[in-house]
Amino acid sequence: MKNVKTLNKTTYAKNSIGAGCGECQASCQSACKTSCTVANQKCENKSKTESK
Amino acid sequence: MVHIFCQNGYKLALDSESGAVHILSDIAYSILEKFPDGLPSSFDDVPEFEGFSKEDTKEAYEELCQLRDDGALFSEPVITKPLKYTPGVSPIKSMCLHISHDCNMRCRYCFADGGDYKRARGLMSYECGCRAIDFLLEKSKGIKNLELDFFGGEPLLNFDVVKKLVAYGREKEKEYGKNIRFTITTNGVLLDDESIAFINEHMSNAVLSIDGRREVNDYMRPLANGSGTYDKILPLYKKLTKDRTMDWYVRGTYTRRNLDFVNDVLCLADEGFANISVEPVVLPDESEFAIRREDLPTIYAEYDKLAEEMIKREKEGRGFTFFHFMIDLDAGPCVYKRTKGCGCGSEYVAVTPKGDIYPCHQFVEHTEMKLGNIFDDTFNGEIASEFAECNILTNEKCKECWARYFCGGGCCANNYNFHKDIKEPYEIACDLEKKRVECAIAIKAALADIEE
Repeated sequence: MKNVKTLNKTTYAKNSIGAGCGECQASCQSACKTSCTVANQKCENKSKTESK
Repeated sequence: MVHIFCQNGYKLALDSESGAVHILSDIAYSILEKFPDGLPSSFDDVPEFEGFSKEDTKEAYEELCQLRDDGALFSEPVITKPLKYTPGVSPIKSMCLHISHDCNMRCRYCFADGGDYKRARGLMSYECGCRAIDFLLEKSKGIKNLELDFFGGEPLLNFDVVKKLVAYGREKEKEYGKNIRFTITTNGVLLDDESIAFINEHMSNAVLSIDGRREVNDYMRPLANGSGTYDKILPLYKKLTKDRTMDWYVRGTYTRRNLDFVNDVLCLADEGFANISVEPVVLPDESEFAIRREDLPTIYAEYDKLAEEMIKREKEGRGFTFFHFMIDLDAGPCVYKRTKGCGCGSEYVAVTPKGDIYPCHQFVEHTEMKLGNIFDDTFNGEIASEFAECNILTNEKCKECWARYFCGGGCCANNYNFHKDIKEPYEIACDLEKKRVECAIAIKAALADIEE
């Protein structure tokens, strides 16, 4: 596209099929201890996600 | 909902419900600016834009329509209801273990009142820690990966118990078929070769508190006797992180006393720390250190500066990670995780030295929020349900926010402290989070340009 460059190929719909396993880290335990972000957390199910 | 914004020289669009992010041309940006709620069904309804030909405008319009048809613009929510929560049945998987309600420091902004949480100073016994680990193992049905953070006060004041509890947890996790990830949050003062070796062997994450520049750190983070800590902890943190193979962060707090906090971030980066988290203090409005609404323009400018510097350093091959600018646009957490945030009070709890259970470490001073006690096996499902039901799909203000899948609803403790309502967002944190998301996305855009 000439007017748009899309940065990410995967969207929430694609990476959430069968998701919600709950194996990931609680965001507050990572580095902040004042929970104000969740988007920087890793998915424990990444291999499954990548195969979709 | 589509959020368009300009950041670090990029014109960007975030499709809130799909998470798709697009770098836009000037004319594509102008079209979305004109039609924030959806593209017109016919190009005949698109006006002329000064400086752009009809052909160029039509081409941009058609490309945007294509994105919409592909589900990457003006998309619908992926889910409208969170996962079902049943108190006593839904798993608790994460615990903040208050191994010490005592501290050797007297940080001026401490939410725990110098480490004692407005209670008698004290340390957690080994027996209490064992019961807490048993509680976590028993209540985490269906979940393999558990977390247990040694927290305080200062956990190194009770390090012998920490070591014994790690050994206990390692033994018990086999019995239950679990994997406990131990982490620690420390002020670093009592670190030595032995504790560094132990932390690097057993703790999957180490959060190392330091505020940045010496003068900032030593003013805000003195020892109980008033002396500074920077010169003591800096070499210890360097030693700990030098050969560490698991996660770690140096973690600081900025206040309205150092609104030029980017200098603190860069001070830590220049000292060689590659994983940095420096975040805004949360204090009542009357505190001299509290961030005020009038400080926001200054803070926004600082985040702009930090994003620019991070892009520059990345290009120079000396990049570093800033916790609140970290996002993974292609993977990251699933949408369920994004709706419920930290899970405090339902899947994440804090346990005090007396075995009391609270929704998280920041609620420990609020006795009305006590969930139960690990010794008498009590757990208030009503309070836990209130927390489970507090999420971005139900909170009225979150429903309208473009950034909700990035913050997951923010911090219930902050909401409670400011509004006595865990569902009522603390607005300053919301505004800062939105700015950080914009910066994080702009950095991704810049890095994509570098890759090309």
